[in-house]
Amino acid sequence: MEFLFDYATLRVIWWALLGVLLIGFAVTDGFDMGAAALMPLVARGDDERRVVINTFGPVWEGNQVWFILGGGAIFAAWPALYALSFSGFYLAMFLVLFMLILRPVAFKYRSKREGAKWRSRWDLAIVVSGLVPPVIFGVAVGNALIGVPFAYDNDLRPDYQGGLFGLLNPAALFCGVLSLFMIAAHGAAWLHLKADPVIAERARKIGKWAAFGAFVLFALGGFLVAFGALGGYELTSTADFRTPSFPLGKTAAEADGAWLANYGEAPLLMLVPALGLLGLAGGALAFWTGRCRVTLVATGLGIAGVIATVGVSMFPFILPSAVDPSHSLMVFDASSSRNTLRTMLLATVFFLPIILAYTAWVYRVMSGRVTTDGLRAADHAY
Amino acid sequence: MPDPLITDLSRLQFALTAMYHFLFVPLTLGLSILMAMMETVYVMTGRSIWREMTKFWGLLFGINFVLGVATGITMEFQFGMNWAFYSHYVGDVFGAPLAIEGLMAFFLEATFVGLFFFGWDRLSARAHLLVTWLVALGANFSALWILVANGWMQNPVGAAFNPDTMRMEVTDFMAVIFNPVAQAKFVHTVSAGYVTGAVFVLAISAFYMLRGRHIALAQRSFAIAAAFGLASTLSVLVLGDESGYAVTDHQKMKLAAMEAMWHTEEAPAAFTIVGLPDQRARETRFAIHVPFVMGLIGTRSLDTAIPGIFELVDHAEERIRSGLLAYEALEAFKADRTDMAAREAFMEHREDLGYAQLVRQFAEDPLTATDAEIREAAWFTVPSVPAAFFSFRAMVACGLVLLVLFGVAAYFTTKEETPPRWLLKAALFSLPLPWIAIELGWFLAEYGRQPWIIEGVLPTFLAASNLALSDILITIAGFTLVYGVLAVIEVRLMLAAIRKGPSVVDELDDLVPGLGEQGRHDPALSPAE
Repeated sequence: MEFLFDYATLRVIWWALLGVLLIGFAVTDGFDMGAAALMPLVARGDDERRVVINTFGPVWEGNQVWFILGGGAIFAAWPALYALSFSGFYLAMFLVLFMLILRPVAFKYRSKREGAKWRSRWDLAIVVSGLVPPVIFGVAVGNALIGVPFAYDNDLRPDYQGGLFGLLNPAALFCGVLSLFMIAAHGAAWLHLKADPVIAERARKIGKWAAFGAFVLFALGGFLVAFGALGGYELTSTADFRTPSFPLGKTAAEADGAWLANYGEAPLLMLVPALGLLGLAGGALAFWTGRCRVTLVATGLGIAGVIATVGVSMFPFILPSAVDPSHSLMVFDASSSRNTLRTMLLATVFFLPIILAYTAWVYRVMSGRVTTDGLRAADHAY
Repeated sequence: MPDPLITDLSRLQFALTAMYHFLFVPLTLGLSILMAMMETVYVMTGRSIWREMTKFWGLLFGINFVLGVATGITMEFQFGMNWAFYSHYVGDVFGAPLAIEGLMAFFLEATFVGLFFFGWDRLSARAHLLVTWLVALGANFSALWILVANGWMQNPVGAAFNPDTMRMEVTDFMAVIFNPVAQAKFVHTVSAGYVTGAVFVLAISAFYMLRGRHIALAQRSFAIAAAFGLASTLSVLVLGDESGYAVTDHQKMKLAAMEAMWHTEEAPAAFTIVGLPDQRARETRFAIHVPFVMGLIGTRSLDTAIPGIFELVDHAEERIRSGLLAYEALEAFKADRTDMAAREAFMEHREDLGYAQLVRQFAEDPLTATDAEIREAAWFTVPSVPAAFFSFRAMVACGLVLLVLFGVAAYFTTKEETPPRWLLKAALFSLPLPWIAIELGWFLAEYGRQPWIIEGVLPTFLAASNLALSDILITIAGFTLVYGVLAVIEVRLMLAAIRKGPSVVDELDDLVPGLGEQGRHDPALSPAE
């Protein structure tokens, strides 16, 4: 067991866990954000909108914790990344926060009054707060790929030299659109499984195209990376995964196409983007044939594949600096101390199975379709 | 060093969002336990009135809970957004409790709260009771971990500055978790939450009894709140936060500031009931003392002296001079990372590095600071004495009033079914008191911690992110607007729900034993409302 607690192993495990958390967030909160964003397209009238909201009514709260846990885990395991990205993407983060504050309140308060005006205002909040976060997260990932303008000073104080509009470059916007398609497909798959048949059928028609669109965009992304339009950096010094985290102790440089280098060195890694492509294509196909469960699993796997592809392509980079690539954050120089990584790993290994078990139990208790008639009878629904 | 204006605005934003967040949290803590207790009575006795009580208070709980959750996300993100250097500098220590809070508490609370509301028809009575307790447990675990994090800012044990990584790193996790300041804060804070829940239930029940509505629900709720509130208030007062005040230099400074105690007195020190502390003249005017009491509260003994502000400033100056040695060695090590002599010299004084950082407020290069500048930096360790002095007294006064209220309420609930009207009115008008006391308590703890963001380790003026002024103005305006609108909506929904009262409640099923389920839904038996 001791090899598990080697500093190098711990860093790679926590790099992988960072991916697991982001995937956990995208796959769980993704379906309720996607379903919320699709609400105006699939639901007509208050009853149908209530069906959409109530499909995820009992579970969105737990889903959102994946995001909060992601924030906490990045803080604990990758403090340099947490400090830099949250302050650097300041206004974008504020926008995300604003949306994540609006969502819970909108779900909870919408049903507290009858008035059409009251409800349509909250509906707007639900749709916007389902639509905006996936785009921002996509844009953030796009910026991570092409590199972010930051450097450290003598105290190791991070200094971010770009603004909100610097984030909105074409490459990042491309990733934002891909993210939105992916989440929309996943949301449609959820409604296809859980909603009243009328709504499920509308979701199926939209989901088919969303999954297909995400598939095409992701494939296109591969070509963009090959031609250097989505950044690329390489390490120009040696990497020691056991030395203390000090982000100024190595050298790195920009290099077109470098995000494909890892696949050349370890061809097996190509299974990861393949999972993304197969998941999204399989999702589109399953929508076509109307298989509910398979669709949701497929879009979920597609999302996991896409996110993992970004991580695998960039390894060992976590966040490259466009101003001075040698200040980039790497798996081997941006982590917490060995002691913290080890303690956090033990906590995660202990709690994560428990969390998954009771989450599964809650989904099982709340299983079954949500229908308009069923909702009229319930006194406690949203 | 970040622009001082950015630091001030970041502090303002943190204070606004944290104090706003903490309007909802204590009610979540207290009400969740009360609901779980009510539902336990339901499961044990089978009397459906107790289930209706759980549902009714659960409805109000839900309106409050959602804002606690929503505004809590802001708290976790702000460290990175506005306090980037802080996060980088101590994330190795401070991040862990936040992440464990997510794993252990947030998932529990958030996953089961959905089932609490949606699971009434899908779960057996026992299973639902378990869910309710798990929600309450999750809320309390969350308080534990966030106070472990906050306690570390007040008493940074189990960690040291690592010159190889230029940041604070954990040396002993158990010390961080079992930090005496954190433990004292946890007990004090959750008890305050229980008091809040109890006052909330007591006041609204009193309102119903004054109006003569929902009497069965109101009487039972009043009784359970009175008992629970009395126990909790005693716990807040007796297990007060001050038990953690003897531990560190700055906690002692905070205590001296709360007491406006400028000079060390012979043990046991006297307690100043009222007075007018004057920070400039460094004295307290018109003070009225009660002998011995302060020594008893502060040290739980009769023979331990409590140091005064002047003595603590002298001590701070010593630590600054020691810290400057560490600072000098660290600069040498930064210039040449193979200079092991410098590294060793640093290690000898690294405990005081933070004190040397204080000098940066007064001298561009701390190593060339004059004696006067060092003295100024030492006096900079004194927080605002009048602010600490008055906020402490106002907080304790609220607590004492509540103690009397709960004592009288508990006395009457054992005597008669409906308490006297004057008591009901007193209960109703006491509603804001716990919130006032709690906000004052946080103000005292955090404003009293200044000039440190982490005591003795990092001064606040170094901790903020390098942000553009426009960025932070946008977010302050945004938070103020969004939080303001949400507050108005929340209060209106809450009032509407209270005015409407429990929807299916009725006193009948309790008066007619065994009527239970059918009676509740039979319109002929429901009172017209």
